[in-house]
Amino acid sequence: MAPIVSVQSLTKRYDSGFEALTDVSLDIREGEILALLGPNGAGKTTLISTICGITNPTSGRIEVGGHDTIEEFRAARSLIGLVPQEINLEPFEKVINSVRFSRGLFGQAPNDAYLDEVLARLSLTDKRDQKIVTLSGGMKRRVLIAKALSHEPRVLFLDEPTAGVDVELRRDMWDTVAELKASGVTIILTTHYIEEAEAIADRIAVINKGRILLVQDKEALMAEMGRKELRIELTEPVAEVPAALAEYDLERSEDGTALTYCYDTHAESTGITRLLTDLRGAGLHLRDLQTRQSSLEEIFVGLVTEPA
Amino acid sequence: MNFQAVRSIYIFEMARFFRTLLQSFISPVISTSLYFVVFGAAIGSRIQEVEGVGYGAFIVPGLIMLSVMTQSTSNASFGIYFPKFIGTIYEHLSAPVNFLEITLGYVGAAVTKSLFIGLIILATAALFVDLQIQAPLAMLAFLVLTCISFSLLGFIIGIWASNFEQLQLIPLLVITPLVFLGGSFYSISMLPPLWQTITLFNPVVYLISGFRWSFFGLADVPIGISLLAIAGFTALCLGVIWWIFRTGWRLRT
Repeated sequence: MAPIVSVQSLTKRYDSGFEALTDVSLDIREGEILALLGPNGAGKTTLISTICGITNPTSGRIEVGGHDTIEEFRAARSLIGLVPQEINLEPFEKVINSVRFSRGLFGQAPNDAYLDEVLARLSLTDKRDQKIVTLSGGMKRRVLIAKALSHEPRVLFLDEPTAGVDVELRRDMWDTVAELKASGVTIILTTHYIEEAEAIADRIAVINKGRILLVQDKEALMAEMGRKELRIELTEPVAEVPAALAEYDLERSEDGTALTYCYDTHAESTGITRLLTDLRGAGLHLRDLQTRQSSLEEIFVGLVTEPA
Repeated sequence: MNFQAVRSIYIFEMARFFRTLLQSFISPVISTSLYFVVFGAAIGSRIQEVEGVGYGAFIVPGLIMLSVMTQSTSNASFGIYFPKFIGTIYEHLSAPVNFLEITLGYVGAAVTKSLFIGLIILATAALFVDLQIQAPLAMLAFLVLTCISFSLLGFIIGIWASNFEQLQLIPLLVITPLVFLGGSFYSISMLPPLWQTITLFNPVVYLISGFRWSFFGLADVPIGISLLAIAGFTALCLGVIWWIFRTGWRLRT
């Protein structure tokens, strides 16, 4: 199936000479949630701004729904909804008027029945006729989503949708994103919260210093790159790791009562059985064993801190 | 053509106007009334007729032009500057609209507002002086064309400005002096010959002259030249706006 968004060799260089994006290529599948993960200043916002038409690309090509975003900008942009990172709203306008404005701007005929449905889906029905200035930060963020959905887009870009919001609202937002996905909308969200990507994304693209470092299914990424740790608690503390166990590269806890062994679940042999035998041979007695899967965060930190 | 977008921008902008209707109305009505009290009644009664027209009536076209030009500029510049200031411009830039549609929406709303104010001032003036309008259609055409051209200029200023100070700078330092020195309150034939020549470099002279002609049949410059001047100015502004949207100057990074 052809991707709904296709970015090919995109480079963005600002007048100052700063290159925010370097030869970025990325295909986004219809119906998926793609998390664009990267530290601050990695190029996430520049990438979605360029796809949406807010920033001019220096070189490269972008297609949305098979339409070139420059030559066929009307067809391409009609398919896109954008929720910006900042809460940018006309403060003295009513919620419904602001949403009506967005729908019209994208060339759609007035349809209050649809807009009321969108507001209801975002729990904004009772705020419909309120001025935006009277709403809380969380409600304003929902208004931004309602505006982005007002013209029935097939692709929704969410730029840091939960930046600076409390835990409860963040979880609400994740539920909203899941519902949108269920309704058939393709979602691309930028975030630097690893847990957000881990919780809701189907695929993860990691970007750093303007380059895409990887794009992979979340589960596969975690399985492929996930290290596991075996924590071995001892009945008696050890002053140092016995020389006979040196080949396992064990990490001793500060108080000497535990040793940690890292292994790869995909390796031919994890080495656990042999380690346990050798521990016994070294005269150590076990109190407990625990295993732990490394998180996406550790994978992410590992990726972005690797030398280029 | 994305007519829905033009309609949406227009309605949104007009809603802002209606939110501040009292302020939009009262300010021009009060200032015009003050001009008539001072120049029409207090000073004007001691000034002889200008080319057969009482001074109070003579200044009416100039006063309307003064308000229409400043209101068109400020309405259109604020209209496009405000979305830039509060950040909602991202919607315009990511929407399937071209420069013509955005311009039509914003400039259309600014033209409506200033036309409205121009007509209010005309009605206010009629309360103070006996007015005759020899060519009502030409008067309306000049009024609309002036609203359009100065709204286009204001739109450019709004895109160019990066703060509120810059937004006020050109209207304050350029437009107001040009309007005052463009024959709003006098006929340029009253000036010494050298100043008459210098004044002809002021484009506003042609607009006020043409507008005054539609009232009294009096003009400082031929009516055809006035029309050409306003058409040229409109075309120039449209060209600049087309270039701005083509290059993304001050809009897209």
